[in-house]
Amino acid sequence: MTVAKTRRVRSQQPIEDYLLSEQQLEEMYYAMLLARRLNERMLALNRQGRAPFLIAGAGQEAAQVGAAMALTRGTDFLAPYYRDLGMNLVLGMTAREAMLNLLAKRDDPNSHGRQMPSHWGNSERRIVTGSSVVTTQLLHAAGIGLAAKLRGDPIVVMACCGEGSTSKGDFHEALNFAAIHRLPVIFFVENNGYAISESNEKEMAVANVADRARGYGIQSAVVDGMDCIAVYQNVRPAVDQARRGGGPYLIEAKCYRLWAHSSDDDDSRYRPKAELEEWTKKDPLKLFRDRVEADGIFPRDDLDEIERRVEEEVRDAAQWALMQPDPNPEDALGFVYKEAE
Amino acid sequence: MVVSTVLEAVRSTLDEALGADDSIFIIGEDVEAGGVFRATEGLNAKYPGRLIDSPLAESSIIGISIGAAHYGMRPVAEIQFADFIHSGFDQLCSEASRWCYRTSGSANLPMVVRTPWGGGVHGGQHHSQSIEAYYAHMPGLKVVAPAFPADYRSLLKAAIADPNPVLFLEHKRTYRLIRQEMDGAPAETRIGRARVTRQGTDLTIIAYGLMLHESLAAAEELAKEGIDCLVVDLLSLLPLDVGTILESARATGKVLVVHEDTLTGGFGGEIVAIIAEHAFEHLDAPIRRLAGPDIPSMPYHHAMESFFMPDRTKIAAAARELAAY
Repeated sequence: MTVAKTRRVRSQQPIEDYLLSEQQLEEMYYAMLLARRLNERMLALNRQGRAPFLIAGAGQEAAQVGAAMALTRGTDFLAPYYRDLGMNLVLGMTAREAMLNLLAKRDDPNSHGRQMPSHWGNSERRIVTGSSVVTTQLLHAAGIGLAAKLRGDPIVVMACCGEGSTSKGDFHEALNFAAIHRLPVIFFVENNGYAISESNEKEMAVANVADRARGYGIQSAVVDGMDCIAVYQNVRPAVDQARRGGGPYLIEAKCYRLWAHSSDDDDSRYRPKAELEEWTKKDPLKLFRDRVEADGIFPRDDLDEIERRVEEEVRDAAQWALMQPDPNPEDALGFVYKEAE
Repeated sequence: MVVSTVLEAVRSTLDEALGADDSIFIIGEDVEAGGVFRATEGLNAKYPGRLIDSPLAESSIIGISIGAAHYGMRPVAEIQFADFIHSGFDQLCSEASRWCYRTSGSANLPMVVRTPWGGGVHGGQHHSQSIEAYYAHMPGLKVVAPAFPADYRSLLKAAIADPNPVLFLEHKRTYRLIRQEMDGAPAETRIGRARVTRQGTDLTIIAYGLMLHESLAAAEELAKEGIDCLVVDLLSLLPLDVGTILESARATGKVLVVHEDTLTGGFGGEIVAIIAEHAFEHLDAPIRRLAGPDIPSMPYHHAMESFFMPDRTKIAAAARELAAY
């Protein structure tokens, strides 16, 4: 993340009650805001006919940013799911790269135009390539955890999914395997209330996904996924414990999908309006801003300055990305196999 | 003189691989105890911690291998019977085979999935299947199905060294049935190469796995009758050695394709299509396929099982008809 030189230097000392420094809190707000503003601009590009498809993470920024900030960049692995723009931004994705991805441009580092938008993957940043088939990545995360354990490397893997994914068999197989071998895997479930049109009651008969952890013999926690600071405070100790060999951890962040499932979905067909209005009041960006302002961490001017910086970055990213080259049609033929060295 | 069975070739190759490279590990059901076919017998004691018993869950055996390979290890997974691999179909099809492609080569999976396939062992519906047609339809994956012990050795070695996911099919009927003198065996082969196992002038038989052996036996019978068969061992189904297939078809002008998988949608259809498309002018007869009947699975009772399986007698009969065309 770039920090403008003209701005005052933030303290790196942890603030009491937060476990986070001013600098980290600024990063947190910046990443959440950047994710939201990018998604907003992406939706506009979709509606203008410039981007065929969008699947967004609005309402889940606090969960994503808080959890990703508990990882060590360049060391820990992330096996994200398609809503995790916020996580990717924390781990180093730029606004320009996010726009290249949306527009399937030749230089999109995730898949160079081969995958739908939001199907992340960046080997240098240790972000594991993912697919539209939900939950498969939980097993990949367990496999990375196993490999690291065999090698004796002190890394942690975070595997993310929505609560919809927890109905699939790979969820069970991954948690079971990770538990048996006490692998350093954090299973981070972003319970956003919906699997497309299906609400939690149609997906499971228990109140919390986290309740299932007991059945595998692993620890779990339910956190307020709209509160970025609370997410970080819960995920960080789980990450530290896993790194020390304490085994896997299941964390369920209760958040909310503020938008439709995708740019092709009309959520008014199935979502009660009153419910959406209720959750909109708990918007994670507003919650964060209100708290740090009330606690006097940042003056309002500083927060406004971050907002302006993010908006400028998003505008630049969209304009720049639209002018970038598309893949050549015959690029479709490459990289079916890796050539032997 | 060293004579090896298919099973011994597999085991000794795994042994050497584990000894040579500590990024290699084996994962699967019962592998620590040696596996149900004893392919990993003795290896757990020799390489402690390098064999990992998995829970009874095929999707995880493959999915975990994907993650470990992504990290830079070289997992060799074992699916106990090919019939059970389908719960890992998604991990192979949607994930492993596309890993390199969808990352434009910035990630790749050096992993092997070994599995015993095929019938003739009284295995009934779920211990007899031929699965190759499903998996040879996945560009990005490699699919290998050797017949002779020496080829098991060189192709398993190649599969483990390959930077891509390889499905390594071991015909379970041949495990202890087929022996070979290893010193005089043909030179090491590569993935993607077929071999003309028997030269001939009257017609060409193309097969793999157990059916290759049955085809060779049929060719010996037919030789006594004056019918001279050229026999091709495909060895690899994906990538496929199109050159050898076409050369062999052109050489005799008559082709019989044999597999024990069911006929419709079986892999033989692809071979026939390639020949029809590129060697049509060289053909002296319609291309013939001999395969299992289009029924859902191999029946258990030995009479019905034998009815299902192509064998040397049926191959010889089909070849006679073709030779007489």
